[in-house]
Formats: sequence, C-alpha cells, structure tokens
Amino acid sequence: MNPFSSELWSPYVVGAGIGVLLWLGFLLSNKAIGCSTAYARTSGMAEKFVRGDKVKEKPYYKKFIPKIDWEWMLVLGIVVGALISSLLSGSFRIERVPQVWENSFGSSQILRFAGALIGGILLGFGARMAGGCTSGHGISGTSQLSLGSWLAFLFFFIGGILTAVIIYGGI
Amino acid sequence: MLEELYKKKRKQLLLGFLIGIGFGFLLDRGGATDFNIIVNQLLLRDFRVLKIIFTAVITGMIGVHLIVRYLPPELQPKPCQWKPIIIGGLIFGVGFAILGLCPGTATGAMGTGAVHAVFGVIGMLLGAGIFASVYTHIEDFMGESDLGPVTIPESLSINAWWIILTFSIVLIAIMFFLERVGL
Repeated sequence: MNPFSSELWSPYVVGAGIGVLLWLGFLLSNKAIGCSTAYARTSGMAEKFVRGDKVKEKPYYKKFIPKIDWEWMLVLGIVVGALISSLLSGSFRIERVPQVWENSFGSSQILRFAGALIGGILLGFGARMAGGCTSGHGISGTSQLSLGSWLAFLFFFIGGILTAVIIYGGI
Repeated sequence: MLEELYKKKRKQLLLGFLIGIGFGFLLDRGGATDFNIIVNQLLLRDFRVLKIIFTAVITGMIGVHLIVRYLPPELQPKPCQWKPIIIGGLIFGVGFAILGLCPGTATGAMGTGAVHAVFGVIGMLLGAGIFASVYTHIEDFMGESDLGPVTIPESLSINAWWIILTFSIVLIAIMFFLERVGL
C-alpha cells in the first residue's frame, strides 16, 4: 500500500514525526513550534490596516509586533501541508457541517458557522491569556518540561472535555 | 554555523514555512484536521489525538533536551503565570470543544476544504484582537501570579532526565492501557 494515498496513519508515526519537526525547529531556527501568536500578529496587522499606526501604541502589540515572522509562516505552511496531504489521500472535500455537530445541532450551516465563530473567539482569547495553544503549550512547552505548559495542557483538556460532554454528549 | 543560520531572516521564514508544511501534512494524516476526530477525543470515545500528542511529547522531550545539552539552542519555557493559564486554559477548552479544532488544526482543516473552519479562524483573529484591546486592563492580573519561565526539573531541583524518564514511562503506560481496552 502506498502510504501517501492512505488516509490515516498510525497516531504513533504521526506523533513521532511531529516530535522530529520540533527538533528541526529548535535546531535550524532556534524556535519552538507554536501557532497562537500568529493570530495576535495577524489581528494587529488587520487593525493597523484599518486604524493606521496608532495600533503600534497598544502595549500588547509592543510585545507581539504585528508583522510576518517565523511562526506566521509556520501557520501558513500548515494550510499548504494539510492541503497537499488531503489531495494526495483523496480526503479533500468541502465540509460545511461536520457529522458529530450535525448529530447534536442539526444540519443548519448558519448555526455551525456561528458556532465556529464563537468557539474561535473563545479560543483566540483564551490562548492569548494562557500564553499559548495546543501546539505552543501542549507540544512544544510540555516537551521542554515547562511547568506552565503542563498546567495549560491540563486545563485545555479539562475545559474541552467538560464542554464537549455537555454539548455533544447527550446529557 | 547554526548561529549564522538563525540570523538569516529570509531563510528562517522559508524554514518556518517548510516546517509548517510538514506539520500540516502530519496533522492531516493523523486525523487532527477533522472536527469529528477531535470532538470524539474530547468525548473520550477515540484517543487518537492524545496518542499523537503523547508520542510527540516523548519524542520532543528527548530530542529537545539533547539539542540544548550539546548545541547552541537553549530552552525557551513560557512564563508560568498560573492564574491566567488556568482561566485562559478553561476558556480555550470551551472554545476548543465548540469549534472542534484548535489554532493550528483549524488552519489545517481550512486546507482540507472545511468551510466552517474559516469562521473559526476569523473568530480566533477576533478573540486575539479583543485580548490585545483589553490587555492594559488585565495586565496586573496577568502578572500577579507569575512564577517566571520555570521548568518542572528546576522547580523540583531534579535532573531533567529523571523527569523525562518518568514522564515517558507514564505516557507509554497510558497508551498501552488505551490500546489494551481498545480506545
């Protein structure tokens, strides 16, 4: 069987591969893989486009300067990598309402898009408050044995599991 | 030689992009770009996502600590601001379940044709923007519980390799158990 056309790989192969990418990030770029600061920077760039250079005065954007950096390129790469993967495996398809969502909330596209938007707002806000996301804390930070990252990883899943059980679990 | 490479801005942006392509490819092969697989993980019905994360952490822990031991890069742990981490982490978790994707996997899902993920990405940009706007009001809260960029070995005064060994054994044991019970 050609591994490039098989849709799902063993989670252990995928996990080890992601671990190796983490090494490469450290080794070649002196960077830890993470995604959520790219959102803060993009948001700053969008705001700068609308409101001009005043945005630079915001204290948060002095810490996270709104510009394209290594992590931003990484996030862009994720889109391309997932596109290549799904085209090779044939799993690329337009998905508007995922199955598990539909089981709980029905097939309304508007409802799903609104849910995704609200979920995204909470994720974006929470990630910046916690100082990272599932990759920055959950994989990179935990691999460095950072105390705060293990704590964040725990609470991402506590919040996620409780919410999922309430909204999709049929309780 | 490596330090020279870190200073080359264009090459670094390209490296970030290439590592991102590898990351997106693997996330998709692992199923982590699929809403259904992530939500089934949060419902504890399918442990594929945690198996990926645990294996990545074991591989990452060992390699990263070897790299910082023998080569120029140093560890860059994030500050342990435990109050914002707990509250922000819980808010993140609620969003994680509703969107069914996280900041990295949502962009990956966009690449696989998930239209709803685009709304998630827009939401995350708004959420990050809202945080930037309220940051000055919560700056004190953000800083008051800051323990600094501490690592677990530092806070326990134990050699990092003992922690790596212990965590690896525990995570492998959990994965063995999950395979055993068919999750």
